[in-house]
Amino acid sequence: MSQPITETVSSREDPSEEPLLQIRDLQVGFETQRGMVPAVRGVDLTLYVGQTLAIVGESGSGKTTTAQSIIDLLPGTGKVTGGQILFEGRDLTTLSAREIQAVRGNEIGYVPQDPMSNLNPVWNIGFQVEEAIKANNIAQGKDARLRTIQVLQEAGLSDAADRLKQYPHQFSGGMRQRVLIGIGLSSRPKLLIADEPTSALDVTVQRQILDHLATLTRDYGTSVLFITHDLGLAAERAEQLVVMYQGKVVESGPSQEILANPMHPYTQRLVAAAPSLASRRIQSVRHRDPEKAQIFSEGSLDDALIARAAERESAAPATDLISVQNVSKLYRIRKQGFKHDDLLAVNDVSFGVQRGTTTAIVGESGSGKSTVAKLILQLEGITSGKIEFDGQDVAALKGPELLKFRRRVQPVFQDPYGSLDPQYSVGNTIAEPLLAHKVGTAKERQARVRELLDQVSLPSATRYRYPSELSGGQRQRIAIARALALKPDVLVLDEAVSALDVLVQGQILNLLTELQTELGLTYLFITHDLAVVRLVADNVCVMQKGKIVEAATTDEVFDNPRELYTQELLAAIPGGDFEFGR
Amino acid sequence: MPSKKYTPQGHYVAPLEDTPIAPIDKLDESQKARSTWADAWDAMRRRPAFWISSVLIVLIVIIALFPGLFTQVPPNSNCLLANSNGGPQPGHPFGFTRQGCDVYSRLIHGTQASVTVGLMATIMVTVIGVVIGALAGFYGGILDSAVSRVGDIFFAIPTVLGAIVLMSVLPERTPVTVAVVLGIFAWPQIARIMRGAVLSARNSDYVTASVALGVERSKILLRHVVPNSIAPVIVIATVSLGTFIVAEATLSFLGIGLPPSVMSWGNDIGQARTSIRTSPQVLLYPAAALSITVLSFLMLGDVVRDALDPKARARR
Repeated sequence: MSQPITETVSSREDPSEEPLLQIRDLQVGFETQRGMVPAVRGVDLTLYVGQTLAIVGESGSGKTTTAQSIIDLLPGTGKVTGGQILFEGRDLTTLSAREIQAVRGNEIGYVPQDPMSNLNPVWNIGFQVEEAIKANNIAQGKDARLRTIQVLQEAGLSDAADRLKQYPHQFSGGMRQRVLIGIGLSSRPKLLIADEPTSALDVTVQRQILDHLATLTRDYGTSVLFITHDLGLAAERAEQLVVMYQGKVVESGPSQEILANPMHPYTQRLVAAAPSLASRRIQSVRHRDPEKAQIFSEGSLDDALIARAAERESAAPATDLISVQNVSKLYRIRKQGFKHDDLLAVNDVSFGVQRGTTTAIVGESGSGKSTVAKLILQLEGITSGKIEFDGQDVAALKGPELLKFRRRVQPVFQDPYGSLDPQYSVGNTIAEPLLAHKVGTAKERQARVRELLDQVSLPSATRYRYPSELSGGQRQRIAIARALALKPDVLVLDEAVSALDVLVQGQILNLLTELQTELGLTYLFITHDLAVVRLVADNVCVMQKGKIVEAATTDEVFDNPRELYTQELLAAIPGGDFEFGR
Repeated sequence: MPSKKYTPQGHYVAPLEDTPIAPIDKLDESQKARSTWADAWDAMRRRPAFWISSVLIVLIVIIALFPGLFTQVPPNSNCLLANSNGGPQPGHPFGFTRQGCDVYSRLIHGTQASVTVGLMATIMVTVIGVVIGALAGFYGGILDSAVSRVGDIFFAIPTVLGAIVLMSVLPERTPVTVAVVLGIFAWPQIARIMRGAVLSARNSDYVTASVALGVERSKILLRHVVPNSIAPVIVIATVSLGTFIVAEATLSFLGIGLPPSVMSWGNDIGQARTSIRTSPQVLLYPAAALSITVLSFLMLGDVVRDALDPKARARR
């Protein structure tokens, strides 16, 4: 740690080997009305031929900006203000726009984050891949078409020739990402930059794509620069790790070593918060096994909570607060003319939720998990079956009865940016349910708002602010405060922490657990993230294609998954079986 | 600067003092709380175009309300044919019309009719358009289909052409009737914009959240959907104010807008065309007044659009 910079000091066997990419003291800033705001403040990293390096960090840490500055893709007002980016010894920051264009695509490939928006919907897939191939001078004319098919086949689309004429909307998310990876690798670049290439995909698809990407880059000897927020993924896929925080590198080195023995307090924090299968679970103590409780009591969440959870466990009566019986939901999808398709989004689903417990519904996109949430919230009508809440048939509720039901069952949605009205101050947002149900006087409502803000650990001055001034995690706290305003019995959390950074996510999960113990809440936790489930849920229902394939306690599902699908899901969690250091 | 303790590929740990760890997700209380509208105001305040157009608009409105403050010369009486198409004289800076009336005085007194038509038509169109568009977009179904088709019918008729037909059968022609007639043919544009904005706001998560909280649908429309959809309407309204003033001038020029007894810029422009070769100044001044007014509103509309457009805001 205390050695001076020397080019020769390296963990590689051949110390004389030139690095493929070397970033030295990179500084990037964004021009704003208030002057230059630094986003990257002196980043160093080194990547050798054939290596995979992952930059890990939370949103706003500067990881994407660093990657974008390598190939001069900084958005609008961004500018490299200092430092060097040496690619094979050539400083990319000094190249002209024309020169960098020759490097981009040809020598450095790029796989963007969002496969949904990075393919042009008005051109077919074949055209778009061919365009990239021609632009990079890989092949021209007839050869370009043949090469296109080859590229798509290599990317894992077996029937590539038949799919050339298809449009992006006819491809699934995973297939689109394969196309983008194909484009990125089409010119056999020496370096591939993959910016969160699979964040938008389901875990099982993510695993396939990453496996395939690893095979390809190994075969071609391509170096890979991964940008990710997922420590598990980094641990699994990259040899080298660079942890960024506030525009700086806080720790870098061999990934296994860093994750097993994090030295910087920020890395330690990140590692401790990373939910994985190896995470210790707080819910285990709720089971009546004192020895087990002992083992897991050193978990990542508060010990005090565990004690309270155990207390509540002994007190809670075993009745189903919510009972879902053989519920189905059929959607009619209009097609051309008068025809329509039937989509059975939820197919004969039954489960019960006990008072004071957390039941997680887990599934991939399209599994019907969110539809179940909407049915329980009475935002959609059920096609057949029955949902009972506290012994009442929910579908039969009308007028004041329905209003009463709405008071007792409150939702928290996924997108903290969309679920708060941007024109409403935080105070008005939280007071809205009180106003709608005509609870208390204006003064009492204000007092309740302050109390609720305190419950979600926000200063009471927050009530004068507007959602645009708050971070995602803070907005989600506001959404939780609003949901708690009417003192409900049940919170339906629809992917409530999925959009948040790991640390913030851990904080919100802590908060939710605290609130559950304090207020005796019942949670219905809808998520795609099995690792989070392990941290908070008592019972799990695994959904696939509208059906519940497995339902059991969390421990049973994680330790002895009976169904093949559950096993696949568990196996696909990146870094799932990796032991994180503490 | 101290030498960097960085070794390529070794296990490097940054010194803690370099990047002190901030508390996770702490609220930054140093910044003042701001709403969208306060932000928009802040953005507008910085634009010279906003101040230029605002000063001009305020001036125009004052002239419209109190023409007596700006001229003592009566615009209609005391017209001496001897002064017909005459040049500027002391006390008569812009010269005289064909009838020998003072051009400056007519300009000042004509402001009222033009601005009244513009403001009234805009307010009418905005109110009708917002109400109909919001209801159609929010409740959907048959109401939406019916309103949209009726809107399409009106949309298919060019505003000025429709106004010509309707004005020619009206027994009385005052600034109010002109404004109403223009409004009848122009509301579908605002209604369409409102409907589109409401449709996207209706499907947002905060509306779903309010439904699940138990807020009544009509209150959701009023409290959440309309405030979040009104921005594009405000932009179009400011721009269309200028076009209504032009439409009035067009109708008056054609002789079926305001009657000659009512002073308006359109009437004056219409009457000046006979002497355009000999004394162009008679045409020039009311035309210039019209252009300046319309440009002021267009300029304001532009600034308002920039301030309310979230994409433009992100770029700053």
